[in-house]
Amino acid sequence: MASLGELERAVMDLLWAGHEAATANTLRDRLATTTEANGDAAGHEGKELAVTTVLTVLSRLEKKGLVERERGTRPHRYQAVSSREDHTAELMHEVLGSAPDREAVLARFIGSVTDSEAETLRKLLGHI
Amino acid sequence: MFWTSYLLAVLAIVLAWPVPILLSRASWPARSPFTAMLLWQAIALAGGLSMIGAMLVYGLEPIGDNLISGLRGLAAMVFFNAPTTALGFWHLFALSAAALLTAHLVFTLLLTYYRIERQRRRHRELLALLAAPSVDADRTVVISHDSPVAYCLPGGARSVTVLSDGLMAALEPAELRAVLSHENAHLNQRHHLLLWAFAAWRQALPWLPTTRLAQEAVNSLIEMLADDVALKTETNATLIKAIAIVASGPTGGMAAGTATGVAAAALPSAHPGLALDGLEAPAGAVSGSARTTMSRVSRLLSPQPQLPAAARGLVLAGCALLLALPTALLIVPGLLG
Repeated sequence: MASLGELERAVMDLLWAGHEAATANTLRDRLATTTEANGDAAGHEGKELAVTTVLTVLSRLEKKGLVERERGTRPHRYQAVSSREDHTAELMHEVLGSAPDREAVLARFIGSVTDSEAETLRKLLGHI
Repeated sequence: MFWTSYLLAVLAIVLAWPVPILLSRASWPARSPFTAMLLWQAIALAGGLSMIGAMLVYGLEPIGDNLISGLRGLAAMVFFNAPTTALGFWHLFALSAAALLTAHLVFTLLLTYYRIERQRRRHRELLALLAAPSVDADRTVVISHDSPVAYCLPGGARSVTVLSDGLMAALEPAELRAVLSHENAHLNQRHHLLLWAFAAWRQALPWLPTTRLAQEAVNSLIEMLADDVALKTETNATLIKAIAIVASGPTGGMAAGTATGVAAAALPSAHPGLALDGLEAPAGAVSGSARTTMSRVSRLLSPQPQLPAAARGLVLAGCALLLALPTALLIVPGLLG
């Protein structure tokens, strides 16, 4: 668990897998067990993950609009804004969709083709 | 220097209408995409230069024999309150238009850059959480999605190529290598800079035929350039298959009857509705990209020889001339005077 980026990923994985809101403490405990299980902790022994670090990671994720806080409770409980599948779908929609700047933002291997062209290509595949 | 502004205006009009229309209908660019790309850049630069130059030279006509003395006279009016009575309404109009057009072009270029960068940053953030690094290649990540999708997201050292599970399942190893080397070519040849400049050019002057034609041509030419790089290591047939499988969608592999294609089609589809939305919506809107795919395929099916060296030299000389002409018209009278 070196960088904040990796921690963000680990925290999101936990939130996506858990399907329910969790406090920073709970997340820290779960992170500790998963890293032990993966053997990532080798060489980092005794270097306990601080709750403040988890809170930093959570606030970064909140700023990015990926997690939300339940305001009513204390300590705050955090949960993912939407599921991993929804985020993937959002990303793919951006890739496959027709936003005005899309062609400049990213370069797709194949642009959109019409149905009849797809049919032509399918026939072509049969001949190769 | 009155004739200078007319010559520049004629050049601007020729570069805005007939030349881009002729070039977009020509078939030789598919044979030498790199040369054609240079020509489009020369047309855009020379077009912009002569458009602004024509208005500037016309507006400065009463206060100087050439551009340099005219600009000096203008500076005296702006900064030292020299009398402006020499300038008529149309001169002031032309000068203002030149200044506004210049500012508009620069501003649009910067705004487009900012918008593109913001979208890329957001995209990278999500990829960092959702995609797993690929075991096959550097700077490549895999995202779990059923449609066969491959794209690259430029960003200097953080540039990344993204492949979907669906793509990995549908393609043979050689086809996958062709896709990867195609995407790497985009990143190595910095195609995103061209896409940015021509997207901004079109955004700034959407009513000008040349900006739309240039952007469509450039989008298509960079794909051909990247295909040519892929062809250095893979065969035409491999690349055609890769294109056809990806373009004909998740079920494309099945029509070919390959085992991997069936595997791809058999993958559980979590969001079939969305995948279809995304694919169908642009089909009518972005007809340019559909043409690109078909012209790429026909170019691979019946390869044409590159343009002869003499013809390429001629086009390059034309590029140089296009840039030299407006520059000379603007500067040389000043040097002679």
